[in-house]
Amino acid sequence: MTRSHLHFLLNGENVTLSDVRPDETLLDFLRLRRSLKGTKEGCAEGDCGACTVLVGRLSGGNLVYEGVNSCIRFTGSLDGCHVVTIEHLRGTDGGLHPVQQAMVDFHGSQCGFCTPGFVMSLYGLWMREPNPADATIEKALQGNLCRCTGYEAIMRAARAVSHYGEAGRDPLVSERAEIIARLKAMRDGKRVEIGAGKERFVVPASLDDLAAVVETEPNARVVSGSTDVGLWVTKHFRDISPVVFIGGLDELRQVSEADDVITIGAGVSYTDAYAALAGRIPALRPLLDRIGGDQVRNMGTIGGNIANGSPIGDTPPPLIALGAELTLRKGDARRTIKLEDFFIDYGKQDRAAGEFVEALHVPVPEDGMLFAVHKITKRRDEDITAVLGAFHLRIEGGSVVSARIAYGGMAAIPKRALAVEAKLVGQPWTVETVEAAMMAFESDYQPISDMRASGDYRMIVARNLLMRVFLESEGETAHVARYEVAR
Amino acid sequence: MNKHAQPDLQAAGIKGGVASDQRHDSAHKHVTGSAVYIDDFPEPAGLLHGCLGLSAIANGRIVSMDLSAVQVASGVVAVLTASDVPGVNDISPTGRHDEPILAEGEVLFHGQPVFAVIAQTREAARRACKLAKIEYEERPFVTDIGDLDAEADKLVTPPLTLKRGDAHEAIAAAPRRLKGHMRVGGQDHFYLEGHIALAIPGEDDDVTVHSSTQHPSEVQHMVAHALGVASHAVTVEIRRLGGGFGGKETQSNQFAAIAAIAAKKLKRAVKIRPDRDDDMIATGKRHDFIIDYEVGFDDDGRIAGVDFLYGARCGFSSDLSGPVTDRALFHCDNSYFYPAVKARSAPFFTNTVSNTAFRGFGGPQGMMGAERIIDEIAFVLGKDPLEVRKANFYGTGDRNVTPYHQTVEDNIVHRIVSELEASADYAKRRAEIDAFNGESRIVKRGLALTPVKFGISFTATHFNQAGALVHVYTDGSVHLNHGGTEMGQGLYVKVAQVVAEEFQIDIDQVKITATTTDKVPNTSATAASSGSDLNGMAAQNAARQIKDRLCDFAAKKYGLEKDQIIFLPNRVRLGNQEIPFADLVKQAYMARVQLSAAGFYKTPKIHWDRDKGEGHPFYYFAYGASCAEVSIDTLTGEYLVERVDILHETGRSLNRAIDLGQIEGGFIQGMGWLTTEELVWDDKGRLRTHAPSTYKIPLASDRPKIFNVALADWAEAGEPTIHRSKAVGEPPFMLAMSVFHALSDAVASVSDHKVFPALDAPATPERVLMAVERVRSTLPQRASIGGS
Repeated sequence: MTRSHLHFLLNGENVTLSDVRPDETLLDFLRLRRSLKGTKEGCAEGDCGACTVLVGRLSGGNLVYEGVNSCIRFTGSLDGCHVVTIEHLRGTDGGLHPVQQAMVDFHGSQCGFCTPGFVMSLYGLWMREPNPADATIEKALQGNLCRCTGYEAIMRAARAVSHYGEAGRDPLVSERAEIIARLKAMRDGKRVEIGAGKERFVVPASLDDLAAVVETEPNARVVSGSTDVGLWVTKHFRDISPVVFIGGLDELRQVSEADDVITIGAGVSYTDAYAALAGRIPALRPLLDRIGGDQVRNMGTIGGNIANGSPIGDTPPPLIALGAELTLRKGDARRTIKLEDFFIDYGKQDRAAGEFVEALHVPVPEDGMLFAVHKITKRRDEDITAVLGAFHLRIEGGSVVSARIAYGGMAAIPKRALAVEAKLVGQPWTVETVEAAMMAFESDYQPISDMRASGDYRMIVARNLLMRVFLESEGETAHVARYEVAR
Repeated sequence: MNKHAQPDLQAAGIKGGVASDQRHDSAHKHVTGSAVYIDDFPEPAGLLHGCLGLSAIANGRIVSMDLSAVQVASGVVAVLTASDVPGVNDISPTGRHDEPILAEGEVLFHGQPVFAVIAQTREAARRACKLAKIEYEERPFVTDIGDLDAEADKLVTPPLTLKRGDAHEAIAAAPRRLKGHMRVGGQDHFYLEGHIALAIPGEDDDVTVHSSTQHPSEVQHMVAHALGVASHAVTVEIRRLGGGFGGKETQSNQFAAIAAIAAKKLKRAVKIRPDRDDDMIATGKRHDFIIDYEVGFDDDGRIAGVDFLYGARCGFSSDLSGPVTDRALFHCDNSYFYPAVKARSAPFFTNTVSNTAFRGFGGPQGMMGAERIIDEIAFVLGKDPLEVRKANFYGTGDRNVTPYHQTVEDNIVHRIVSELEASADYAKRRAEIDAFNGESRIVKRGLALTPVKFGISFTATHFNQAGALVHVYTDGSVHLNHGGTEMGQGLYVKVAQVVAEEFQIDIDQVKITATTTDKVPNTSATAASSGSDLNGMAAQNAARQIKDRLCDFAAKKYGLEKDQIIFLPNRVRLGNQEIPFADLVKQAYMARVQLSAAGFYKTPKIHWDRDKGEGHPFYYFAYGASCAEVSIDTLTGEYLVERVDILHETGRSLNRAIDLGQIEGGFIQGMGWLTTEELVWDDKGRLRTHAPSTYKIPLASDRPKIFNVALADWAEAGEPTIHRSKAVGEPPFMLAMSVFHALSDAVASVSDHKVFPALDAPATPERVLMAVERVRSTLPQRASIGGS
């Protein structure tokens, strides 16, 4: 049950594609093969948003449109999707779309190069939130850089879009049933296999099929959102074949909530995990609001953030502090390990050949636990972590009963602060205890200096974040926040 | 605008004349993705793609180059090295012959282009580039200017000294003195459209180059030079750039020259579009500076004398470092009168990419020196820095001569600042912030109000000229062309407004056309904020020539005096009758009147003697001021810009909407420069911040939470500029100094303003925290919270 071509919708057109390499980006497909030149390349690494397009996908019978960075999204991952580019936008009268008209009227473009990307991001926002607050607009634009306007004019346009038209009358909304039918018709339950040798990729038909593929081809590269692997191609020309694209596997995109644990499939994006994680564990919300930009959150997965083993991944420290567990699967065999044991050393994880990350189990903090996460970056939003600290403490009767503290950016792997924890546990929760514990950081970490921060800065901040947690537990304000409310 | 509309012949006024908030002429194309940038052109058949092979070391002799693997790589058509340059292997824009197109015998910075691969596809060219085997004999290199000596170390271009009075004597005699130094960082332009050139070979020596450049004439001259052909063989065209900011004033030359060389050699069209990382590694940036200062002043904070040394990291070649460091000195005064002053530049050679023009062109760095001494004087005296600023403002009748001996004749800084001080509620907020800081242990607030006075004109006097070409067709529609380039700043629409105003026709009757060297020759770069001043005047001149001919014709034909002919909206009054503009044009054509004109303009009044350091280099000054309030977290150095109020003047604005966009955008770009945009070189001399993942320009969420921007409606240019408007491109950039000084103010509050923070730029969260730590460590009693 295999086929050797992709099916997807591009704007209004059915596309069938068999000559596609695993490393062909959607942006190159659009610009070089389809001459759709409205979508621009600004950075080819998913940071500037000039290449933003919407990708619609079926999710539990619903059709969801999300902004993605087409420069690092692989064409091979689009089976059964609807790609919408700037060329598809139009008003109900055939003229400018409401988002476009607002951008024109409020002088939201200057050089114009970033503009199609901004229009696509604002289009996606308008469909899900026609009357957004400023904080919501800013979050939707975290993945779009503009160097000319200073953003103020774009904000004015974004606030005004709903005065120019109703989202309900937009073709992507009004024609939804028809598009769902067209996308469903593409779902034939077959595995897709295209190419050979260095140009081979597979889109498995199901989770079991994925297990079978990875077991028989243990060197296969499992790719979901490609927010990291995309750069291996665009910046480093690494061979990634054979690739297994898992983004379309519904079974891996499940989030289930029990009383005390949230289970997240390895293919769940940050966006899809948001409601459960931020809803059940509110301290995670400000962190989740600052991971990448919207496009990256729509593509990237928490499973990928863990599996790729980066020392500066944003989710492992809080998950380690919470005591999360990981299920790995090989064929039909599964094993579940503590997340902190998964990270062995830089570039080395506890994952056997033929094994893949299937799911993550996140315990919800018990009542009365103090749980806090603080991410420190050069620029507040859409920046890679310099230092990230996660704190999970039980304080009873004024004393620290238990402590799980983990940091990112401080070592070659996301790592617990065991010496610091030891200085806290059993001690009164006071400024003296905290200051004593701050002295223990040097036993736990010897951070490096790089372009994001010096080792000295990392160390001072790591210590001070513990002080921040203490002071805020005492009701003192010890941080600056642009918005205190959720976004 | 695409469909030809019939003009309204009864209209009371035209659509889109001057002083109207006309939208950007390409706005509707920007938002639909139909605005065409060079990479969007339909590709010529047989198009080849180039990629530059970059040096892997910072300084050394090339011992051997083995490019055989590159040559035989899949898709490769040709590999070019310095020996393939048919003309002169040099693109130095100032004739110093210090900038090879491709390295010859040695490399002087990490990332210097050494060879070029031309291949069937862009990907094939990029992949093949990695296969080169180049052996170097490495030499010691210098990337940082911290240890360099202005007297002893190598400079890339002769330094400048500005001198008025005896600064040393004045400082020695002053009741109080202080000296210090500060670092001011560089900045990558981060235009969203990277560099690109598309060369299409023609017959004989001809070649047409589509280049994303702010300076088509220079690209033309450089390409001709590189090919060894006459300038008349080279045509350079650009309809729009996806951002420039100075980064495409000279830096386009290299890509254009290599594309043209390859196109002529291979007789096929060649396109070069570097990847973002290569673009950031291989092209120049804003100069970073170390400013040494010594100042003498009195107990009121009034400056008696000041001595500056501005050392700049120029990189491996001069490029525009001479004029950039000159302009830094021209702005070492900002808005302040120095009774005695000495300011020297030191344009240092370094083994880094050659730094170049960037919005403000050294002016921002110059002004940072002025604002630093003001801040430190205020600190020493325990005064509010705004009080010291005001005490030192240029006067209107006296105390008004600059360090370069030009008298400031149009000074409005007092009114700008006092109006802003009132509208921003400065005094009340100062008190509130002091109260807040008294209560809040960790989060501290800071406030600063800083002025801007920016000199308008190229300091190279001969650049202050412009040309335009205007055709009127027999249907009354107008074709407009001029030497300025459109990079988003709205120049095209402003000049079209001027022409529409002149003929009194709706702006949709005016067709804006791509800048090209075969229509208007020998143009200056669209730079130095001069675009609409120069090209607006040149276009007006062309339109007036045609208008004069129409008047002469009509006077004769209808037997009228010339003052009986009046251009009304879309029509012309001829004595007691009115006829459509198009009808008059048609009649003039039938009578064989020339309906095309080349316009010209040169800025009057300006002159500059660099050897003497005296003259009148600026036609006028542009003014503004900004008040910023920030919060900092003294545990992490993180900060927020809480509120910014700006009052800025653009004379009698040609287009308030466009000007507002320049002010807002310039401010945010300046804020990025002084806050999160940090360039980092490693111990191998490699730039580590060469993509948006590592180099952080502001986002929408970095905007001030409250952002009030106003134009000073009462202002107008003192000189007869185009409709009494003023330049707007660069001056607002420096309004962002208010954010930097507010951050410094917040840091100082940690010690109750007892210890000077001596903050360097960019004030990243790390620099802010380290300044907090320094301030804390000198306190008699260690604060119990935070710290090392």
